[in-house]
Parts: sequence; structure tokens; C-alpha cells
Amino acid sequence: MNPGMEGMPPRILVVVPAYREERSIGGLVRSLRERTPYDVLVVDDGSPDRTSETAREAGAIVLDLPCNLGIGGAVQTGFLYARDHGYDVVVRIDGDGQHEVEDIPKVLEPILSERADAVIGSRFLGETEYRGSIPRIFGIRFFRLLVNVTTGYRVTDPTSGFFAINRSLIEFYSYHYPSDYPEVDAYILMQRLGARAFEVPVRMYDRAEGKSSITAFRAVYYMVKVTLSFLINRIRRFG
Amino acid sequence: MNRVTLFAICASAALLLYILEMVRRRKLREEYSILWLAGSLVILVLSLKQDWLVGIAHVVGIVYPPSFLFLVGILFILLILIHFSIAISKLHQMNKKMAQELALLKHRRAPHESRTTSGLGNPAEKEDKP
Repeated sequence: MNPGMEGMPPRILVVVPAYREERSIGGLVRSLRERTPYDVLVVDDGSPDRTSETAREAGAIVLDLPCNLGIGGAVQTGFLYARDHGYDVVVRIDGDGQHEVEDIPKVLEPILSERADAVIGSRFLGETEYRGSIPRIFGIRFFRLLVNVTTGYRVTDPTSGFFAINRSLIEFYSYHYPSDYPEVDAYILMQRLGARAFEVPVRMYDRAEGKSSITAFRAVYYMVKVTLSFLINRIRRFG
Repeated sequence: MNRVTLFAICASAALLLYILEMVRRRKLREEYSILWLAGSLVILVLSLKQDWLVGIAHVVGIVYPPSFLFLVGILFILLILIHFSIAISKLHQMNKKMAQELALLKHRRAPHESRTTSGLGNPAEKEDKP
């Protein structure tokens, strides 16, 4: 993974993109700092509330975007930070308490043992408490079909925002990372790179605080936009 | 000369002069003026040279030649709009990059503002230590 650093423990960064998560971000950051030894980076995507201050008070490294870039742009900022500061692995989790901090070792282990370049946590493998809204479940099924039919990856949870990637993907994503539902598009990018990626079962909960940014109308818009982006990424050149 | 042709001449000449004046005053960048200038120039020339307009309209299969002027106008408007969409996409990409760089720079300049006293050590400092 990092040939020049033989014998050194890999440097791991947990990236948490956050927009209007002032009520959940503090608890998440404290939980990460108490239960994991990794550095925690919160990328505040131009929130108007106290997301940034709360994350800082809880002990995270915080990057403040001057305006709202959307999820892909915020996550990519985390990859840029990881690239510039020499991290070997990035774990990306949501800021709303949907993901279980205790499951981080599950997505990390295959990367650390160099069995995978990317490991994605799936809420649909194994037992799940997850109950999504109807447009969300429909969207997930649609993207699942799209990814399974067009890439070689067997995917159950194509929009999962809980994953770990190694240094080579950190570097690639620093240059090319999609904007909305980047996880769906990422499968095409990984296929083009020949990356080894698979899912592991994780627990996911309904949002602890705050509101999901998805309404039925926007769900349709995103489905069209992500499908277009996904299909165009198949015929695009990456320099 | 019929009235629609006269109108086309006046309108395209006025547009041409207006665009040139905007570029002269630096209110319009040259790169965004080219399609406007080309469009108004083509319409102006076709309005003045009636026989060219009739000839081309006949080749394309248009019975009433002045309507070919509208077609040319619409095509140039489409081109200009596509040009704008591309320019907006480019600005969007540049804007995203600058926002990201700004966030990283702000953190680099004042890392201690970015965390509490009980917070993590600066990763850059960690690298320096053995």
C-alpha cells in the first residue's frame, strides 16, 4: 500500500462531510475519538448553523468550505486533505449518525490486509434495521440494477456513504470525483481503474437528527442526472 | 426591397454596432462577442445581398426567402446558448476548485483555530517528529 513506509503503521483518516448537522455531529465526533484511534476530519459544506464550531469543540480537524458544494465536492475536499497530508487510507462516514462507528474496522480490514482498494459498507447484506422512504428505496433499487448490469461489481447498496479507500483511490478521487450520489458513479470510475472493490455488511440506522435532503421530485432529478453522469463516465477519458 | 428585409438590415446593423461598442468599453469580453458578431454580420450580409439570400433559400428548400433570415438567427442563438452552458460549466468547476483550495488554505494558515486545545495535534507537526 505504501512501499516507502515499510513497518510504519498506516495513517488513517476518517472523513465526515457535514451540512446542517449541528445536532448530531458533536456526538459522532466524540464517539469516533473515544472508540477509534484515527484522525477525524469534518468537512463543513458551508452550513449556516453551528456544525463547524460543534465539530471543532468535539475535537475534529475541521475544513470550512466557503460555499455549499454539495456532497461530492465536500467529500473530495476530504480526499485532497488526505492526499496532501500523506494518509494511506480514508474512511468516509455520514455526519448524521446513520452509520455505526463500531463497524469501521469491518470496512478497514480488507484495505489494511491489501485484499481490496475499496470496501463499501452495505445496509442490505446481513441483518438490517434500516427503513428508508419509498423514493429512496426505489432509487437504491434502480441504481443497484444500473451498477450490476454495467459493471462487474456485485452491489446491494450502491448509494452507501460508508466506505474505505486506499491511497491509489484517494489520489485518483482528488482529481475526479462526481457531484451528486458520487458513490454510484464511483463504481464506473473504479471499474475503469480496475480497482478491487466489494461490500461488507454494516448496520445503518434512520437519521438520528436533521432531515434527509431528498424529496420525491429531487429523487427523480437525481436519478436522471446520476444515470447520465454514470453512462458518460463509461465513455470518458481520464487523464 | 420588402419591409421585412429592411427591418432585418436595421436590426442586424444595430446589433452589430451595439456589440462592438460593448467590446470597446470592455463590458463584453472578446471571446463572448465572436458568436454575436458573426450572427449579426451573416444576417446583415444576407439582408443586403438579396440574390444570395434567394439562392441559399432555394437550395435549402425555403419558399419565402426572408424566413431563412429567421432560421439563421435562431441557429446563432442556439450556438450562443450552448456556448454559455459550456462557459457556466467551466466556471462551476473553477469555483469548486477555488472553494476547496480556500478551505485547505484557511486550515493551513490557522490550524489552531480549526480545533480546540484538547483537540488533535496538527498532522503536519506529527510528520516532523520521529
